[in-house]
Amino acid sequence: MVAAALLAIVVLGCQLAALRLRRALWPARDPGTGVLLWQALGLAWGMAAIGTLLAVGLAPYRHGVFVGGLMLASDVLAGVRPLHLTPLHMAAVGAGLGLGVLLVWVLIASLVVVVRARRRHRALLELVGRGDPAVPGALVLDHPAAAAYCLPGVRSRVVVSAGVLDLLDDAELQAVLAHERAHLRARHDLVLIPFTALRRAFPNTRFATEAYSAVGLLIEMCADDHARRDRTARVLATALLRFGAAGPAGAPSGALALTGDEVVTRVNRLLEPGARLPLHQRAATLAATLALVLTPIALMLLPH
Amino acid sequence: MNRLGDLERAVMEVLWQREDALTVREVGRDLAERDLAHTTVMTVLDRLAKKGVVRRTRDGRAWRYRPAASREAYVAELMFDALEQTGDRDAALTRFATSISGEEAEVLRRALLDAERRET
Repeated sequence: MVAAALLAIVVLGCQLAALRLRRALWPARDPGTGVLLWQALGLAWGMAAIGTLLAVGLAPYRHGVFVGGLMLASDVLAGVRPLHLTPLHMAAVGAGLGLGVLLVWVLIASLVVVVRARRRHRALLELVGRGDPAVPGALVLDHPAAAAYCLPGVRSRVVVSAGVLDLLDDAELQAVLAHERAHLRARHDLVLIPFTALRRAFPNTRFATEAYSAVGLLIEMCADDHARRDRTARVLATALLRFGAAGPAGAPSGALALTGDEVVTRVNRLLEPGARLPLHQRAATLAATLALVLTPIALMLLPH
Repeated sequence: MNRLGDLERAVMEVLWQREDALTVREVGRDLAERDLAHTTVMTVLDRLAKKGVVRRTRDGRAWRYRPAASREAYVAELMFDALEQTGDRDAALTRFATSISGEEAEVLRRALLDAERRET
């Protein structure tokens, strides 16, 4: 039961760490490392949660989760009643497997939803989007409201609305395009999908919601950093401000108020960037990230 | 944009411009300068119907095609996707920025002015 107890501690530790990471200031100074740590936290949390249940259920085999699981499988296949496994143990194994299936299922479901929405969007975009010399390589939608976004995928697209062409000057426009292209190049959409799935699996839980919004903000920061390499940060900050202020008026506050914060955070960060994380701190964080992923695996090998 | 996508756009333009439902031949006539084979136009219309962007109805021995929605309606749908006014952003699209309140905008404007002053 030591392994099960330790795995349960990892689960709680991940949740506590997520709450602290959400409030930490350093990820804004190195958003890429921050995203990596969030991914590790999510992965470790999932593995440890499944592992805890399996470790409880498979404890009587005294060979850890992996070998114990194989032993249970061979017992079941041979038609032998698993020795020492009470109904309670079996229920724990069932719950662990159920959780695993659920997590994989929501991941696939999220992917399907996203791929479908994108397919419809791309089909329509190819019919009504037009090229424009002001934004080479991007598509323009003839609509007065301001929108700029990217459609990720194999045939990825950067799209701006005609409203944006009126709203921004050329330098600001180029900054926005650079930001969107950075998203496409780094496939930030794929980074976000597991967190969308997590939120789908555990709606209204603090862990899932906070992880999702934190990662969403960090990938925006990554793209901002990319976009400001070839221009002053002020140009990008101005574009952000114009965009935010031109947003749909009278939109319901609730959800948007929170994302409004995001724009404020990003602009302030562009105007007053903190120093980049020192190398030793970065190395330490990356080592912790790796350890985080390896810990549940190691605990599942623990025989007791 | 590939050749087929280009043709689909051209055919949709024709359908959007003309008020009534058109036959394959009529669409082909409107695209006379492209000199398209009858079967090519039919294939393109068929693809568009499969995508759900044109509707077809029987008219004697021929099919008549009309757009399922106006060009403006499709632009509006795309903008709706992009602005995610449902409040729940999924990972289908990544948008540049979300709306901020008037107060937030004012605070940021002042911060930008300060930054400008410091630079000069």
